[in-house]
Amino acid sequence: MNAMGVRWTVEQVLALAPDEASRRAGSGLGTAGPWSGAGCGDGAVWGQCKGSGRTPYRTVVETAGPAYSCSCPSRKAPCKHVLGLLLLWAADGAAVPDGAERPEWAARWLAGRRAGAVGAARKAQGGPPADPEAARRRAERRAARVTAGAEELERRLADLVRGGLAAAGQQGYGLWEETAARMVDAQAPGLAGRVRELGAIPGSGPGWPVRLLEECALTHLLDRAWLAADRLPAPLAATVRTRVGLPAAPGGTAVRDRWLVLAQYDTGDGRLTTRRLWLYGEGSGRTALLLSFGAAGRAPALALPVGAVVDGELTPHAGSGQLRAEPGESLVPVGGPAVPPPGGPVGAALDAYGRALREDPWLDSWPVTLAGVVPARAGYGWQLADADGREALPLTGGDRSRPGLWRLLALSGGAPLTVFGECGHRGFTPLAAWSPEAPSETVPLL
Amino acid sequence: MAAALLGTDRRPPSGTRGPDAAEALLDTAARHTLRRRAGLRPGPAAVPPAPCPDDPRPPLPAAARRRLDRLLAGRAAPAPSGGRRGTAPDLAELLPQWLALAVERGFKAPSAALPALLDAARARTDLRPQALALAGPRGLWLAGLNPDWRFALRGGGAGGRLPDPEDADAVRELWEEGLFAERVALLGAVRAKDPAAGRALLAGTWAGERAEDRLMFLDSLRAGLSAADEEFLEAALADRSRNVRATAAELLSALPGSALAGRMADRAVTCVGLDRTAAVPTVVVEAPHECDEEMRRDGVAAVPPSGRGERSWWLGQLVESAPLSCWPARFGGRTPEEIVALPVADDWQAELHAAWCRAAVRQRDAAWSRALLGAPSVPPATGPGTSSLAERAQLLATLDPAERAGWVAAFVAAHGLSEAFQLLGVCAVPWAEPLGAAVIDALDIARDAGSYPWSFSGVMGLAERCLSPAAARQLESLAAAVPEAEDASPGAGAYWAEAFQRLVATLDLRARMRAELDDTRA
Repeated sequence: MNAMGVRWTVEQVLALAPDEASRRAGSGLGTAGPWSGAGCGDGAVWGQCKGSGRTPYRTVVETAGPAYSCSCPSRKAPCKHVLGLLLLWAADGAAVPDGAERPEWAARWLAGRRAGAVGAARKAQGGPPADPEAARRRAERRAARVTAGAEELERRLADLVRGGLAAAGQQGYGLWEETAARMVDAQAPGLAGRVRELGAIPGSGPGWPVRLLEECALTHLLDRAWLAADRLPAPLAATVRTRVGLPAAPGGTAVRDRWLVLAQYDTGDGRLTTRRLWLYGEGSGRTALLLSFGAAGRAPALALPVGAVVDGELTPHAGSGQLRAEPGESLVPVGGPAVPPPGGPVGAALDAYGRALREDPWLDSWPVTLAGVVPARAGYGWQLADADGREALPLTGGDRSRPGLWRLLALSGGAPLTVFGECGHRGFTPLAAWSPEAPSETVPLL
Repeated sequence: MAAALLGTDRRPPSGTRGPDAAEALLDTAARHTLRRRAGLRPGPAAVPPAPCPDDPRPPLPAAARRRLDRLLAGRAAPAPSGGRRGTAPDLAELLPQWLALAVERGFKAPSAALPALLDAARARTDLRPQALALAGPRGLWLAGLNPDWRFALRGGGAGGRLPDPEDADAVRELWEEGLFAERVALLGAVRAKDPAAGRALLAGTWAGERAEDRLMFLDSLRAGLSAADEEFLEAALADRSRNVRATAAELLSALPGSALAGRMADRAVTCVGLDRTAAVPTVVVEAPHECDEEMRRDGVAAVPPSGRGERSWWLGQLVESAPLSCWPARFGGRTPEEIVALPVADDWQAELHAAWCRAAVRQRDAAWSRALLGAPSVPPATGPGTSSLAERAQLLATLDPAERAGWVAAFVAAHGLSEAFQLLGVCAVPWAEPLGAAVIDALDIARDAGSYPWSFSGVMGLAERCLSPAAARQLESLAAAVPEAEDASPGAGAYWAEAFQRLVATLDLRARMRAELDDTRA
């Protein structure tokens, strides 16, 4: 394999698209026609794309990272030219030749970017903050505000339970929305998010009162934990701070490994897009979660193609039971076959979730790999059953139109396969699968 | 839970009272919630679906597989409003061709692509046969689990489940109990292997079939029609249903040796003859004066559509159903060309030539088709035969592919592209060399003449799908932007350049698609 590592697959490229429109526009540009001077080498891809104007757009991509630059005026990142160029690169070795000479404009951007990355890395490792005393005062002020917010939320929950959940169902969403806004004011975005979810539960179908009570109780638990944080063991206290929504910093020792990208998916509330990336370290056996955020209309900066293997360092966050990590300066795609995480039966997956709850009671789910499971249709929807046909886990969603479910079924063909996903109290959400026919090919299910 | 629903003020949980009751309830609930979640156990397993049958076909080469993903992803993209623009190939238009090539080479579809493939086939019926063939048994298995893909289990999709035509019991069982589409498919399969067995199958249940089913079964005899089918068809001329009778008569007339064709020939030659006393030998026509019982039994429709005269209506049907072989004898040993060139008295020419065209198409008679098409350089309005391009396209289809391509190439060279669309549609793909060159030349001429390029977008689209990739070299010089000519339509130059670029890009892509499928290294 050359210095480029493997070329990405089309799906991997399309997974980077910030939205459906860009995906479509990018697909249209993924042919040799509009491109000139395209080439790749040493971790970068470049080319010029003829647009409607006189001057072609200059597009360059650094595949480690990845990072993009394009001279077009689009505010989307990556723009359609980047996607088109990557698609062309993925599909057509002749149109984007390897080892072609790098044009001056591409070289300049790459050099600037790499210098910047080194600088940023130095800064991150870096020296003490400018004024430690001021920083401490700021942190104290914020903690005080969060405490006031948590106390107010406690009163609100107590009022709710005194008045009865049945009444809460009739109050509608407005009151919750107002409380959520107060939590935002209190600089506790984690609490605000929980409150918004509480507001949505009464509209979530049969059985909502039990769900509302459970979530209220766990929110109450979080409030109490925050108010008593100084008496908690340090790792649990760090987890509580993260759950409340205080900024987390990587605290552990960096782990260098070959990481297989298991899944990448976005969730959003209209204001903020959260991108979740699950990685599995082949040497360390660790599963890590990378989070990346994007404001409305912009894709989160971090994107890695599912199924790719990247080499690099990840630094885990502090806190008990935390899987979240921050990538080091760059994750470099490397070639070679992917090895899926070792998996177990469905019972072991639930055990793992149960154990994880001891470290972090607010966990909705835990990443697990199931081995030798078969998708089957049960009365309530679809499930994944152990191949011996005894035990099974329900799949979440139950929406039979979900393309991921059908892809899972197509891969299985009624035979056992390996599936990675998130296992929790709602069931199992499949995110990636490996069929016995092609065990080294990671098939994304989202 | 009851306390939580009604509120601790109204129903305090046992053992607590007052303002602490709410907090105590939440504490208890939190403990319960965590205990429940941490202690979750798997449920009982349901019976999994039966494993899907094996597909022994080889997987796609890696590059071809990526191409399929892209074609399926591009399929969802709707055409931009106001027609297609830009220089990028239209992937949706290339999918059918890609599927046909992949099926032809005997590959199976990658499992992960099956849902997208089935969705594509669901949205576009033209893709179904090829998409389902590629999807194979695993695709059918999957379709059986999702009601959205039920279409795959019907009709041609069930082809994989047909019994071996040799297995008489299984054939009999499906014939008697199968769905209509399955029965049609079965009849076709049995007939392809053993026409007599197929007829026996049909004759066995014929009397009990519904009229519309009889019509469809009869229609499926069209494939592989032979003289051996005559007896069955002759019997069907007495059918209760008028449509069945008409179809049987039509099929019989396509068998020039059949008794019905002979009867039609007898009737037709009494109506059309040669007047040797005229200064130039002239065809004279004496249309039938009545449509008698015998004629009706032979499938002649007695009542003309509104606006047509009875006698010319009957004449048309007689001539159309008579074997063309009866005419040279009637006209003193003349060849089809000589017959078609004869003047026709009393304005009967259009009627007579049109009937001959229909006969040539029905009997797939290349010699008569050639005569009726005439020279491609003659303008359609003044040529022999018919001026209808649709009918000419049908006549062309009876010629062998090379002759067809040559004729259309000469037609395009003489008359340009504006009338050639339908004719191009019947030519074999990829277009043979003279035809491709003629189309490219004609496009170039149209551009030079300052034509509105969008009037040629239909031909452009056809060329993108049908031109041989080898033609790309000829096109490259045309794809360069040219300065606008003074008399050209505004904006046309850029549009033409864009259209040519798209054409080149599409041809290039098609060549690559083919190379990827032929790449056996993977």
